[in-house]
Amino acid sequence: MRSEGAKAGLGLKLAAAGGLLFLHLPLLMIVVYAFTTEEKSYQFPPPDLTLKWFAVAWAREDIWEAIWLSVQVALISTATALVLGTLAAAAVARRRFFGRETVSLLIILPIALPGIVTGIALRSAYSLAEIPFSFWTIVLGHATFCVVVVYNNAVARLRRTAPSMIEASMDLGANGFQTLRYVLLPNLGTALLAGGMLAFALSFDEVIVTTFTAGQQTTLPIWMLSELVRPRQRPVTNVVAVFVIAVTFLPILAAYYLTRGGEQVGGSGK
Amino acid sequence: MVAAVHLARASRRFGATLALDAVELEIAEGEFFGLLGPSGSGKTTCLRLIAGFDHPSQGHVEIFGQRCEDLPPYRRPVSTVFQDYALFPHMSVLDNVAYGLMVRGTGKAERHAAARDALALVKLAGYDARRPSELSGGQRQRVALARSLVTRPKVLLLDEPLGALDLKLREEMQVELKSLQKSLGITFVFVTHDQGEALSMSDRIAVFDHGRVMQVGSPEAIYERPAVPFVADFVGGSNVIDGAALALPGLPPGLYSLRPEKIRLGAGDDGAQVTAEGEIVAVLYQGGVHRVTLRLASTSLTVLVPAAEARGLSVGARQAVGWRVADMHRMEGAG
Repeated sequence: MRSEGAKAGLGLKLAAAGGLLFLHLPLLMIVVYAFTTEEKSYQFPPPDLTLKWFAVAWAREDIWEAIWLSVQVALISTATALVLGTLAAAAVARRRFFGRETVSLLIILPIALPGIVTGIALRSAYSLAEIPFSFWTIVLGHATFCVVVVYNNAVARLRRTAPSMIEASMDLGANGFQTLRYVLLPNLGTALLAGGMLAFALSFDEVIVTTFTAGQQTTLPIWMLSELVRPRQRPVTNVVAVFVIAVTFLPILAAYYLTRGGEQVGGSGK
Repeated sequence: MVAAVHLARASRRFGATLALDAVELEIAEGEFFGLLGPSGSGKTTCLRLIAGFDHPSQGHVEIFGQRCEDLPPYRRPVSTVFQDYALFPHMSVLDNVAYGLMVRGTGKAERHAAARDALALVKLAGYDARRPSELSGGQRQRVALARSLVTRPKVLLLDEPLGALDLKLREEMQVELKSLQKSLGITFVFVTHDQGEALSMSDRIAVFDHGRVMQVGSPEAIYERPAVPFVADFVGGSNVIDGAALALPGLPPGLYSLRPEKIRLGAGDDGAQVTAEGEIVAVLYQGGVHRVTLRLASTSLTVLVPAAEARGLSVGARQAVGWRVADMHRMEGAG
């Protein structure tokens, strides 16, 4: 329904367009500079366009290692989050127990906390417990916020799932396992997929927590950060950035479409 | 004959509240049995104890003579039609109905054939491929019914089965449920807070109040001969009169129920043996009749007056009424 006064004025339109441009033009510049022939500085417009940086990036071992490490970390963090987040959501959505609200808050807290706080906290905890930094300390750091995303999605879906549906399944002769397989999981399916994709994307481009929890390992975002101070072959970083944009953007887009229709994608703001 | 369902002094306590208080109930095989009561009276708790979703704190439940303490819902020969239908939104209508057979390991062809039969039974043939979200409320309920019947339960439990339907549909479904139950011959136990629904559908009714069964009997018995004031008021909207207040010679003391349609306006005509006079406090138009409330010295009376006779009644006026002693029913169960 559109009433007469609801039409946006020119000023508002310009402001909205300006805001959108401000958000997305820099992304476009990243893509443009992946093709520039000038390798030492970002001059506009690019003197000429070339595809050679893609070949250079392709040939560099350190990039492949960083990508592979990031993928591994993201996959394992997401898998951990899927299991723990779903279980936590099931407990909080289905049962009433003492301290339930507190538990719920504590699970969500890592996503509200600035990454730097999570990072410092984990780093001090690791050194207090004398845990050496490794691949697994990164995974653990990422899992703290990945769990939240999965939990938020799962808990929202569980709250919308009528408890009588589970009773109906049991009533019709299904045991607990059959009820989980045929009723609960299919209903949770898209929520878990969306939560998992978001968790993957969050982990894949995480810098702050990783800085504090990684030892010698270089994840892709950390590699890019270190690459910024190098004087030569700058467009290689842009090539990798384009790759990261694609890898993070696609799952988020997919998650958005999967959970469309009334359900919010919790925690997508981090 | 062993009872289809037997609640043996079953109690259910939720924290400090006693939702069900030592309920003793026997439901015979093939009966259409109504559990009637206001919300919070324990009737749904009762149904959940039979289904196995909940367990009695004291006492026990027997289904066809078998004690059910250790029987989870999926091992009981009962099936529930839920108030919100509880259809599985991610499955087609056919898969919903076939679900009970699927989890028992029945082959695809066989279970789909059985599901189609069940859908035909509830007049939904041809709706196989639809999703529950594409159906109307009435159709969803039929699917829920078919889904429960497909596993051939010995007892079908219905929780407020008609609560979410509009009046017209409700009346249709009352007739249909009744004839379905007759043709299938299985025991139906249904929960309702609607006395009209309970009266028109049940073979027998148990009236619940505050977790206790106040009276069990046929619809006629419950309506005509309530045992306690609560039943008189809840089921029939009957007047409850203290016999002592009438000062009639030869009338045994005690509480009496008197149906509002048995009271006539005016005193002394058509054989009225008891008369009273009071102030009219309310006149409610109800289609064919008016519901008139009179305030007497010690009590108030509700009178149903045919529309033709109700002209000239106004709030605040004094009005004489009369009724026959034979229409008064002494409530044996009351104090």
